[in-house]
Amino acid sequence: MSTPYAKLPAWADYGLIPLINLSVAFIVAGLVVVLVGENPFRAAVILVEGAFGKGTGIAFTLFYATTFIFTGLSVAVAAHCGLFNIGSEGQAYIGGLGIALVCLPLDSILPWWVLFPLAIVASAAFGALWGFIPAYLQAKRGSHIVITTIMFNFIAASVMVYLLVGLLKPAGSQAPQTRNFVGGAELPKLNWVIELFGAKIRSAPLNICFLLALLMAFLVWLLIWRTRLGYEMRTYGHSPKAARYAGISETRIIITAMMISGALAGMMALNPVMGDQHNVAIDFVSGAGFVGIAVALMGRLHPIGIVLAAILFGMLYQGGAELSFEMPAITRDMIVIIQGLVILFAGALEHMFRPYIQAIFASFSPKSVGMEAVKGKGA
Amino acid sequence: MDIFIAIVQILDSTIRLSVPLLLACLAGLYSERAGVFDIGLEGKMLVGAFAGASAAAVFHSAFIGLGMAILISVAFAMVHGFASITHRGNQIVSGVAINFIAAGSTIMLGQAWFQQGGRTPALQPGERFEAIVWPGADAIRDVPIIGPIYSELLSGHSILVYIAFLMVPFTWWVLFRTRFGLRMRAVGENPAAVDTAGISVAWLRYRALICTGILTGIAGAYLSMVQNGGFVKDMTAGKGYIALAALIFAKWKPVNAMFACLLFGFLDAASIRLQGSPLPLVGKVPAQFMQALPYVLTVILLAGFIGKAIPPRAGGVPYVKER
Repeated sequence: MSTPYAKLPAWADYGLIPLINLSVAFIVAGLVVVLVGENPFRAAVILVEGAFGKGTGIAFTLFYATTFIFTGLSVAVAAHCGLFNIGSEGQAYIGGLGIALVCLPLDSILPWWVLFPLAIVASAAFGALWGFIPAYLQAKRGSHIVITTIMFNFIAASVMVYLLVGLLKPAGSQAPQTRNFVGGAELPKLNWVIELFGAKIRSAPLNICFLLALLMAFLVWLLIWRTRLGYEMRTYGHSPKAARYAGISETRIIITAMMISGALAGMMALNPVMGDQHNVAIDFVSGAGFVGIAVALMGRLHPIGIVLAAILFGMLYQGGAELSFEMPAITRDMIVIIQGLVILFAGALEHMFRPYIQAIFASFSPKSVGMEAVKGKGA
Repeated sequence: MDIFIAIVQILDSTIRLSVPLLLACLAGLYSERAGVFDIGLEGKMLVGAFAGASAAAVFHSAFIGLGMAILISVAFAMVHGFASITHRGNQIVSGVAINFIAAGSTIMLGQAWFQQGGRTPALQPGERFEAIVWPGADAIRDVPIIGPIYSELLSGHSILVYIAFLMVPFTWWVLFRTRFGLRMRAVGENPAAVDTAGISVAWLRYRALICTGILTGIAGAYLSMVQNGGFVKDMTAGKGYIALAALIFAKWKPVNAMFACLLFGFLDAASIRLQGSPLPLVGKVPAQFMQALPYVLTVILLAGFIGKAIPPRAGGVPYVKER
């Protein structure tokens, strides 16, 4: 993903520009709030208070953030390889199927510390499988990964509906979901960590998946910037031609990247399924895969950025619930708008303000933006 | 005879169900032929549906509704253009953003303005497009074979249905018989050549996107003002993506697009009709299988197992003038 723009100092590139883009997204979101006749500043206060004001709020924020860390990492790993994986949603959905297949027969036999690793493997394997097919088709048959992954989201939805109203539903039940898992399939909560700081938590679904998500963020960092495979992926992402010239197998790198991406998306299912709902229900992913796109773009594809962006979106989800309670004109769909605006300004319009910022930097010190090298460039 | 009537009925609902797909598919054709990928068809249809139904309900006029649907849909297309043509952003990212903004804002504004849980008020007779009954349709209804075909299949649709099917030859004519069409195809294949000829690549692509916006606006208006008599949240329900699939299936050609949309519409109509009843030879087909079929077919086609779909060569690549 080469850009025709000159380099800025790192802090401006990774701090200032995302911050400006994000601010613009929130300003536009504020205008929408004005449009429905509410005060955007009061809305912002309610939102932040709802997310961080009480211990329960913080726990919920981190619970949502856990989900988004997984999907954000999933999108980011593929993006480093130059692949736009819109299929995290479907991969996570199918990941839930893997969990169901492990938990349904074993949940009353095994303790959680045996079942959890099994479920991790199952969810990752099913997610990876759902990422494998589009990757194979892209690598071997040249079909466009974006279109195939979109199609696979819909196919996943159909497959899961078919299974949940049929095979996976307990006999005699009407609701299209699996039976409730018991015993080993209920993951330990992490609420006590927040309670250590003196906050009170009534009931919140924050669980050890949060730690797994942080571990995965670290492993993704290790993979992308500290291993040979990650180097090859980044090379391929920057320039497929250069990668081919360097003898990197295109098929292998595309398939590996997409399977890792799918596995991370699949693991996302652990958080709501084993940490909160204790069953696999229709549409339990509910758009988290798409939030991952916003999270990855906002976090500039770096695990640290992704964790921070995921917490921000967790805050929006939790605070948004409080907000819709306080201001009935603002429904939870406000989050979807903000999500869209963030994707627009931090993703598609990423470079909108860059020329201006470059001009400002250049007027202070031309050397800092390397002006000599790119004189006369069209910005 | 019963079977014949049933077939006519299925074909009739095939036409009704394929119209929004067809309009959206042709919309996508304009922008992709000009080299701008547009996965925001879904979102633009959705805002069109919302704007159309709300304007029609407020101003009590179907045509004001249609106009508003087109206007708002074009505005969203311009946002896509601003991001992906002027600022050379990633076209897919921009399309995704538009889908989200559309999904969220239609529900929220609908709730804030009309307080009906994201719905718009139910449209009254003058506020939606009525069926047009062809002359003599009632008279020959009982004539065998021709009667049902004429009065069920051809007559009795709203004006938007006829517009949608007229758009097919019109789009063909624009694309292959006008200067604008030639340049548009050229800009999708080799923008540098068009630029060398002294024609603005950006302005051409913007014009193609305006066409896209107009058509998605009509598609949205059809959903909320013909098919449904009001806006319901998320009423496009993936139709924009099926239209995209149809576009690929049609290999970016207008007449093929019509047949692809009719096929996908037929699958939809058949799955509604056949719900639960067994088919000869294959037995009972799960409804989910029929719903997934368009997507599966597209994947198979894209993989090159039924012919090869070759997209416009410059598709998805922002144009950068030589420096």
